[in-house]
Amino acid sequence: MHRIMRKQQLSAEVFRLEVAAPEIARERQPGQFVILQLHDYSERIPLTIADADAAAGTITLIFQTVGRTTHLLADLAEGEAIPHLVGPLGQPTHIEQVGTVVCVGGGIGVAPLHPIAQGFKQAGNRLVVIMGARSKDLLILEDEMRAMADELVICTDDGSYGRQDLVTAPLLEYCQAAEPPAAVVAIGPPVMMKFCAQTTRPFAIPTTVSLNTIMIDGTGMCGGCRVNVGGKTLFTCVDGPEFDGHAVDFDTLILRLGAYKAREAEDHHRCHLELGLEGAH
Amino acid sequence: MSHASPADLAAAARAQLESLQGRGLKPKDRMAIPAQEMPQQDPDERSANFAEVALGYSPEQAQVEAMRCLQCRTAPCVEGCPVRIDIPGFVAAVAEGRFQDGIDIIKRNSLLPAICGRVCPQETQCQAPCTVGKALKDVDQAVSIGRLERFVADFERQQKPHAPAVAPATGKRVAVVGSGPASLVVAADVRREGHEVTILEAFHKPGGVMIYGIPEFRLPKAIVEEEIRTLIDMGVTIRCDYVVGRTRKLHDLIDQDGYDAVFVGTGAGLPVFMNIEGEHLVGVFSANEYLTRVNLMKAYDDRADTPIMRSRRVAVLGGGNVAMDAARTARRLGAESVRIIYRRTEQEMPARVEEVAHAKEEGIEFCLLQNASRVLGDEYGCVTGLECLRYQLGEPDDSGRRRPVEIPDSAFTIDLDTVIVAIGNNSNPLITQTTPGIDTNRWGNITIDDDGQTSIDGIYAGGDIVLGAATVILAMGQGRRAAAAINRRLAGG
Repeated sequence: MHRIMRKQQLSAEVFRLEVAAPEIARERQPGQFVILQLHDYSERIPLTIADADAAAGTITLIFQTVGRTTHLLADLAEGEAIPHLVGPLGQPTHIEQVGTVVCVGGGIGVAPLHPIAQGFKQAGNRLVVIMGARSKDLLILEDEMRAMADELVICTDDGSYGRQDLVTAPLLEYCQAAEPPAAVVAIGPPVMMKFCAQTTRPFAIPTTVSLNTIMIDGTGMCGGCRVNVGGKTLFTCVDGPEFDGHAVDFDTLILRLGAYKAREAEDHHRCHLELGLEGAH
Repeated sequence: MSHASPADLAAAARAQLESLQGRGLKPKDRMAIPAQEMPQQDPDERSANFAEVALGYSPEQAQVEAMRCLQCRTAPCVEGCPVRIDIPGFVAAVAEGRFQDGIDIIKRNSLLPAICGRVCPQETQCQAPCTVGKALKDVDQAVSIGRLERFVADFERQQKPHAPAVAPATGKRVAVVGSGPASLVVAADVRREGHEVTILEAFHKPGGVMIYGIPEFRLPKAIVEEEIRTLIDMGVTIRCDYVVGRTRKLHDLIDQDGYDAVFVGTGAGLPVFMNIEGEHLVGVFSANEYLTRVNLMKAYDDRADTPIMRSRRVAVLGGGNVAMDAARTARRLGAESVRIIYRRTEQEMPARVEEVAHAKEEGIEFCLLQNASRVLGDEYGCVTGLECLRYQLGEPDDSGRRRPVEIPDSAFTIDLDTVIVAIGNNSNPLITQTTPGIDTNRWGNITIDDDGQTSIDGIYAGGDIVLGAATVILAMGQGRRAAAAINRRLAGG
């Protein structure tokens, strides 16, 4: 059992939990994730580890309420426990000193991006962070990113904060600069990652993306998380979750992620009503 | 195949038993006793439920079937058994109605008879060389050793269960990685000697392939759960949600956590895909994923949150037991048409004869000498069909089976919404990638010596992570051997 030590609501649909998980906190590295299950009949869902405190024995999970399980998770209070939590899963991010690294995060993707940005910063890189959200109230971890980044650019779709732009616009400017970044990391909705990869491709800047696919076991057994990377079938859970953004076949990935969308939309609607969350639609 | 009701079969056996009892039976008399049919659920009924298909012999049926055994001195059946159970001994006990003695004899060599009696491929192991089957020129007429094993195991399960005795604590600690058949045997054998045993399981529930892979209708989960409860009663600790290689590195279990030995029984888990166009479409599953959703995550149950596609027209690619399991599961979930697509003929199919027969009875269509060449989809990325090629058999290949050769210009398409790929597994890289110094073969399987020890001192391995895809009984056999070596090692120091 993994007790929830602290719970915060970061935006209308985004929650932050600090969960007791000493073994995972000890082993985890940036880029890795956990799988959790809330009861006997519940799904197993993957969530990225946004942060960890090995001394306190806690990990931080940041998630958006999307389907049934994330809504149930949002309904747990401080002091309650997550019965099944397994990890850290996936390959850690390959972090080294390369010069300037641009980290691009979209929406909830800023959460998994945070420990990776932190890792690159600590490795002595110059850190540029580009964060995007639909509007100001959906923006998360701004203070944490600001404290760490050498430069921070914020974009919103509706112009309620920062630039009214897609994240690819400032990314293109950095690529075109006299001294382009040595590496780019982009984490967010698949469409955003696809266009970030397209933006950097002409400049041949190595671009890493982190995929959040359908998954059951997280140890390579089920193959539900398979993705086409450079014409090869790879598994997000054991080969990823990070891949070369220029090699990922995003179009099939986006189609696969839509497999259970109808069910998810239905759960989202019903759970929002049941939980009395804001923004029910 | 006729399907007499269980009551009729039991009544016939009762009459038969009365006519046989008290007579000195000669081999000729024994050979004349009709082979006892396994009572089973009616095919139409069972294709809509997940309850066990085979219902098990009545006591009279078991006794009559056991009387068919000639007790031949050569006992070729024992040679055919991977763990060398004293088969004539236990069968003789059953024939005399001494069912507890029968199970006690089996348990000297095999720890999980209720499971093996159900899932062992007896027709290629103990029953293949059976003298009765040979004399009657039909392996199906061999003494049904597997059904008798199941009978005595179930008989014992209905009595008051007792956990095996455990020797006084030695203070030695052993970690067992994974909780499939190999691991359960190691846990029991090592614990019996008084060593502390901790099972580390990646899933939220122990049992490995017997829980996530083999369906309820072939192996009821309650049986696996009972075996695991017995281990817990013996004092074995089970930690779920623990992935060795990730939650803890294999080396750290010995170097940091103080285990005196470790057994790795993580199984074969990395599904192979066909590498054909359209394999990433929605509606293409590995058999592992499909079966895990249904068996472990209970997707067939309305209470479960894990979704499963409600398929109408399904193709399963492959001809092994896993392919049969997937096809029969799809059928039970309501698919109108389910076909097995296999590129050789039924002769070469690796699946058990019984599973093939059951699948056919349940209306699974067998499309032989065909293979998928392309999955077709619509603009939403969903499967709409499959392009296949026809094959003919050519010269034998390395495996001794005749090689399937593609017939030119034979492509045709079929309409489908689901494709399940069941063509095997590669070895899982989790442990080998994170354990420097552990030797593997060119397929990535961990290599072991005659004691089941890996290239790292104190770390043993067995089951599918060593064998590739094998059977429950072979995994158990390897577990047994490794456990014996671990016990010798710990007794020495």
